[in-house]
Amino acid sequence: MGSTTADARALVTALRSAYAATPIKLKIIDLYVVYALSTVLVQVVYMSLVGSFPFNAFLSGILSCIGSAVLAVCLRMQVNKENKEFKDLPPERAFADFVLCNLVLHLVIMNFLG
Amino acid sequence: MAGGNGGGPLGLLLSVTILVLIGILAFSIRLFSVIKYESIIHEFDPYFNYRVTQYLTKAGIYEFWNWFDDRTWYPLGRVIGGTVYPGLTLTAGTMWWLVNAINIPLSVETVCVFTAPVFSAFAAWATYLLTKEVKGTGAGLTAAALIAMVPSYISRSVAGSYDNEAVAIFALVFTFYLYVKTLNTGSLFYATLNALAYFYMVCSWGGYTFIINLIPIHVLLCIVTGRYSSRLYIAYAPLVILGTLLAALVPVVGFNAVMTSEHFASFLVFVILHVVALAHYIRRNLTPKMYRIALAFVVTVGTASALVLVAVLMALVAASPTKGWSGRSLSLLDPTYASKYIPIIASVSEHQPPTWPSYFMDINILAFLAPAGIIACFLPLSDSSTFVVLYMVTSVYFSGVMVRLMLVLAPAACIMAGIALSAAFDTLTGSIKFQPISPSPSPAPSEKEETSILASASKPSSLSGREAAKDKSKDAGSDKGKEQLKEKVTRRNRRKEKEIAEKVVVEKKSPKKLLSVLPLEASAVGILLLIILTSFYVIHCVWAAAEAYSAPSIVLTSHTADGLHVFDDFREAYAWLSHNTDENDKVASWWDYGYQTTAMANRTVIVDNNTWNNTHIATVGMAMSSPERQAWEIYQSLDVKYVFVVFGGLVGYPSDDINKFLWMVRIGGGVFPHIKEPDYLRDGQYRIDDQATPTMLNSLMYKLSYYRFVEATLDGKGYDRVRRTEIGKKYFKLTHFEEVFTTHHWMVRIYKLKSPKNRLRGKLKRKTKPSVKKGKSSSPAKQTKTKKKSS
Repeated sequence: MGSTTADARALVTALRSAYAATPIKLKIIDLYVVYALSTVLVQVVYMSLVGSFPFNAFLSGILSCIGSAVLAVCLRMQVNKENKEFKDLPPERAFADFVLCNLVLHLVIMNFLG
Repeated sequence: MAGGNGGGPLGLLLSVTILVLIGILAFSIRLFSVIKYESIIHEFDPYFNYRVTQYLTKAGIYEFWNWFDDRTWYPLGRVIGGTVYPGLTLTAGTMWWLVNAINIPLSVETVCVFTAPVFSAFAAWATYLLTKEVKGTGAGLTAAALIAMVPSYISRSVAGSYDNEAVAIFALVFTFYLYVKTLNTGSLFYATLNALAYFYMVCSWGGYTFIINLIPIHVLLCIVTGRYSSRLYIAYAPLVILGTLLAALVPVVGFNAVMTSEHFASFLVFVILHVVALAHYIRRNLTPKMYRIALAFVVTVGTASALVLVAVLMALVAASPTKGWSGRSLSLLDPTYASKYIPIIASVSEHQPPTWPSYFMDINILAFLAPAGIIACFLPLSDSSTFVVLYMVTSVYFSGVMVRLMLVLAPAACIMAGIALSAAFDTLTGSIKFQPISPSPSPAPSEKEETSILASASKPSSLSGREAAKDKSKDAGSDKGKEQLKEKVTRRNRRKEKEIAEKVVVEKKSPKKLLSVLPLEASAVGILLLIILTSFYVIHCVWAAAEAYSAPSIVLTSHTADGLHVFDDFREAYAWLSHNTDENDKVASWWDYGYQTTAMANRTVIVDNNTWNNTHIATVGMAMSSPERQAWEIYQSLDVKYVFVVFGGLVGYPSDDINKFLWMVRIGGGVFPHIKEPDYLRDGQYRIDDQATPTMLNSLMYKLSYYRFVEATLDGKGYDRVRRTEIGKKYFKLTHFEEVFTTHHWMVRIYKLKSPKNRLRGKLKRKTKPSVKKGKSSSPAKQTKTKKKSS
């Protein structure tokens, strides 16, 4: 057991040091993702306490948060300099796509909210 | 036909021209039905779509969403806006509105008739885009040309065939194209478009579940084979979220988008994808040793959470009686399901498994070319080519379960065949082009052997040495003359395809060597044979479009020695109904004719082709299989005024109600157990001659079909030309029904329910009735005479 905790500690420090090297822009995106996911968590807790009665409202709430998180992750992948797959994609273009996708997402959400 | 990117402005111009021509071809090959018959709506379901479109154009979109239709399923009615896939209707409505806005006064019917051909041109272009994304322009153009005239697709999209599939195939292929495009570029823009295309597909057709299952399978395949990439994530994750939300917007799908098992696979894969994405992210940032520790951690947490999720889903699914799957989907997964539990699904002929000849009829040479295309897709294997291979394989399975889903196979087969043909032409023309360079300095051993054998082979027609050596049908190959059958050519070419495909492998392994792998004569002959093969395909397609699939099924024709006979009985009957009955009269018939009756006769029907209420259909089935008096009571309780049956015994029209009768018995018996199928069968045989059971001979269906039939036949024996036998009970009177109209060829016979007997009024009625009866019954007699003349 001792080795496991030591491993875990080593892992955490390694992760921290690795993450410290991340550019500040990506960190902001990460924060946004974490925020979106925590709102999902809040909604799930609320749902388990109160119930999911207006099901479309519950569904659109959850999916809008997950959707925002997913889109932000996509954006993060595209603007990440280390990611060689998107070398010829300018970050401005990536952001424009991101905005468009969010626009569609939230139009649908508003429509579905009922 | 270069496999590359068009090649400059000239190549671009050429491809655009070819694409325009393909569009025109796709449109015009579907016009045979209009030229040979007339510009009318075909079959059964299109009539409903047409009626809905009419309502949409008249009442507007908001009325349409709230439309409660009281003319069908009397006395239940049907909420049309919430139970219909609105894609087709909205599309045609928009098109009608557009052409009217620019002052082209087309009728709604015309727009509906031509919707399918227009969209088949779009489908051809979408196929071009998809195949181009997978294998380059050449393959794209070939695939587009193939799908423009593939008989399987033509059968569902001739002018007048105004059904969901007409736009759905375009939506299907276009969604796949956008998925592959997103996968290749990793652009969120295309991911958004992809979700919107998926939305259009959900609007159009219930077959959208194919997409939402196929794409997760592909993602899973990519993950398992270690091909995970950020592009895969961008292509899939937004699609699931946006697609689910958009699908939930369509009223007919609604919460099903998150509640039924058809959609669960996508959520499961969504979770798995995130676990894998996280694992990849961590791996990139850690040293290998650290990563191993992290992996153990992630795997345990990931599997644990996945297990919890699966358990929750299982619990949800197990709670519902059908395990959350709709009957149609279940009969796809378990082909025997429908025949066991749901006779109404099994009774529809297009839900039966297809026969082998129907493959040859519907996709012709593509059945032979497609395997070669699969091989070509493996070199080099990319994410997009695995996707089309997967599409091909799954659709082959589905087409084997339901003949209707042959339609889903058609685009896949066209794409594969396009890839195969293009690769073959590439190799062959390439080897001609680079001929002067060869003999190549170091050809692979097999090729050396090949050339030597070819040199020894005296006939120039042998395709290639290896084939000639291996081929057991060598003789057939060497004395190949005019008498050679096309099947043989097909088979030879298929082998050849494979040969070529194998050769391409050799090529890729040694990229320095140019395309000169085949000797000049062989490639020339190969090109010639391929051209012959494709021209056979074209001939077959034109034949299929002109002869096999152009009939509207509402007007029938038959060629006999003394010329062309036209049977327009259905419209005759519907016109009679609309002119001679009260607007609010209820008309009962078997459900096949429900849509047509509401659309053409504008009368209320009891059941129609939207078979949503099994009990109601079973009630009609029970009435048809009961004796006259009970049937009359059932119909009376449903407020029915008229009953009509479709009868083909006089002219030999095989899909009439007597032939469908066993299904009525089965469906009726499924709900009302006192109707038993064995009562209608003599020793397990279905017969209507004098050996038939009394239950059969006394059933309403028998009586309504054969009432006064003996008078109509020439010899006075009552010979049924469909069943090829004399009928069992020849002379009988109807007690509770009276014949009011029988069409020219006796194909539709309309009866009126006699009003309930009342002792006091009975005598008065009898006085008035004969005069009415005489006037109406005189017309069938007259028609009998004309019939005699013609036959």
